[in-house]
Amino acid sequence: MDNPATTDTTAMTVHDLAVSFGPVNVIDGLSFELQSGEILGLIGPSGSGKTVTMRAMAGLIPHRRGEITVFGREFSALSSHERELLRRDWGVLFQQGALFSALNVLENIEFPMREHLDMSPRLRREVARMKLDLVGLPPEAANTLPTELSGGMIKRAALARALALDPKILFLDEPTAGLDPIGAAKFDELIVTLSKTLGLSVLMVTHDLDSLSVACDRIVALAGGKLLKAGTLSQMRAASEPWLREYFHGPRAHNTEG
Amino acid sequence: MGHYIEFGEQQGPDGAIRCSGDWTSANARSLEHELADLAKALPKNSNPDIDISGIGRLDTTGALLLTQLRRGDDGGERGDDGFVGGSDKHRTLLQRINQYTPKTPKPQPAENWLLAPFVLTGKLVVGTAEDIFAVNFTQGRILAALGQTVTLRAPLRLASFVQQFESIILRAIPIVALISFVVGAIITQQTILQLRNFGATILVVDLAAILMFREIGVLLAAIMVAGRSGSAITAEIGSMRIREEFDALRVMGVDPYQALILPRTVALIVGLPLLAFIGSMAGLAGAILVAKAYGDIPAGIFIVRLRDAMSITSVSVGLIKAPFMGLLIGLLASVEGMKVRGSSESLGRKTTSSVVKSIFVVIVADGLFAIFFAAIGF
Repeated sequence: MDNPATTDTTAMTVHDLAVSFGPVNVIDGLSFELQSGEILGLIGPSGSGKTVTMRAMAGLIPHRRGEITVFGREFSALSSHERELLRRDWGVLFQQGALFSALNVLENIEFPMREHLDMSPRLRREVARMKLDLVGLPPEAANTLPTELSGGMIKRAALARALALDPKILFLDEPTAGLDPIGAAKFDELIVTLSKTLGLSVLMVTHDLDSLSVACDRIVALAGGKLLKAGTLSQMRAASEPWLREYFHGPRAHNTEG
Repeated sequence: MGHYIEFGEQQGPDGAIRCSGDWTSANARSLEHELADLAKALPKNSNPDIDISGIGRLDTTGALLLTQLRRGDDGGERGDDGFVGGSDKHRTLLQRINQYTPKTPKPQPAENWLLAPFVLTGKLVVGTAEDIFAVNFTQGRILAALGQTVTLRAPLRLASFVQQFESIILRAIPIVALISFVVGAIITQQTILQLRNFGATILVVDLAAILMFREIGVLLAAIMVAGRSGSAITAEIGSMRIREEFDALRVMGVDPYQALILPRTVALIVGLPLLAFIGSMAGLAGAILVAKAYGDIPAGIFIVRLRDAMSITSVSVGLIKAPFMGLLIGLLASVEGMKVRGSSESLGRKTTSSVVKSIFVVIVADGLFAIFFAAIGF
């Protein structure tokens, strides 16, 4: 770590990021940072590049310009081996869960540990069961196949897998989409608790206003591939930008009014 | 004692266990070894405190190991947490992990290996019975769909049929013609080498032509189509099932058998005789070429001899068999596609079994047809 000062406060910094698919600039000059231990919500209208930003930060798609700094280290400047090591420091929860359909839930959670960690099979199984408990799944869920699970359980199982390597940064792509309000509220609560106990920094792409008010410490709003505004919920609500006004004061925003 | 755990006589029988270093999953193996050593060194029924103030980084794996150490082998609770020192962060994590009580999962009933062959046989028999039922069921649905289409109660899906006909039959013509040509040539060459011993080389015309038209042409076409399009149909239908497209059709009041399976099956039934005929002609071309090269039979003589040897019967035997084989391939491919459930692994498995079953059934059906035609003297 070359810069311990930034390491303590920021988990990830995005500076002047640009991502393009062919001639189309999806992200153009985006900068923001993810503080250590905070839950950051990423919002924006459909097609504003939220998921693309998240995927670029997670190293899944290449960026054309800009810097992504992880714990004070510039990601693209690292050797491929260092990158692989660094990649273990983050977990991704995909929108559809992306559990391996051929493996049962426990094997899904064990998979990354089996690939990357040196531990006895007995301990690995025990740790996987503990992760299952951590995300609030019953022990019986361990032996079920992903196709037998409900939407909420898939999200939880996928979260357990994302936590398998004890990441420091967690990327969540619409974690509460498709869940009923009770399930979504419980999921928000779970993410807050996990982030507190495990000291996780969380980047959450979401459309859920309740998640934003309950879980997120700060919010970053994108529009047209650029940063619209970053700040806390109250700052966002006080914003004058038309889209943010509509977003936080629209007919569905009653809960965030406080 | 070790890198991560210090415990010694100097600390007395109730002295604390001192933990230090990084208790993270990256060090899991060494931690496990030291904990195993500690378990040996620890006197029975002792309940020493655990000093965690020396621990650097702690993650869930380390916390789990610490709680396990705390609880001892019996897994029982020991009152207050009994950890000494440690930062707030470590304490919160340990408290959370401590809430997790490992439950020994119900042991799976051990399978009796003596029973294994019987279980396998039973599964095979039931599976075959289910397959026969499913094939008949699908056939019924296809016939019903056909009936509806013929009586104009369901739309005539001409565009879909033409598209399927092109991809299943027309695009298969080059490969079927090529392999039939090569196989025809090989059969002719081997036959000439044998017949030459009897001075009856000219009879190769009878043999090659009849074999090509009655058996080989249709068989090669059917096997090629089973491998090429049977797999494609299974994969298409299977992935449609996974993505709920089948159910979507059904709720819209569209019969998936009528919309998806019927056009494919009809394309197979109509197209396979055509492929078989093209294949047989290509095989004949191979035979003529090799007969000239190996048997010195000029093409003209070959054709004259062919007029005597061949009758329309030989051609029609091949053409009669082809639609049945097309139907069998279509049926099995659809049945296997409908069996796909959920996972991508199941899709792969069903596609494989679709091809294997179609090829097997096509060859068996060909054998049965041969017996049948011989019996009726056709």
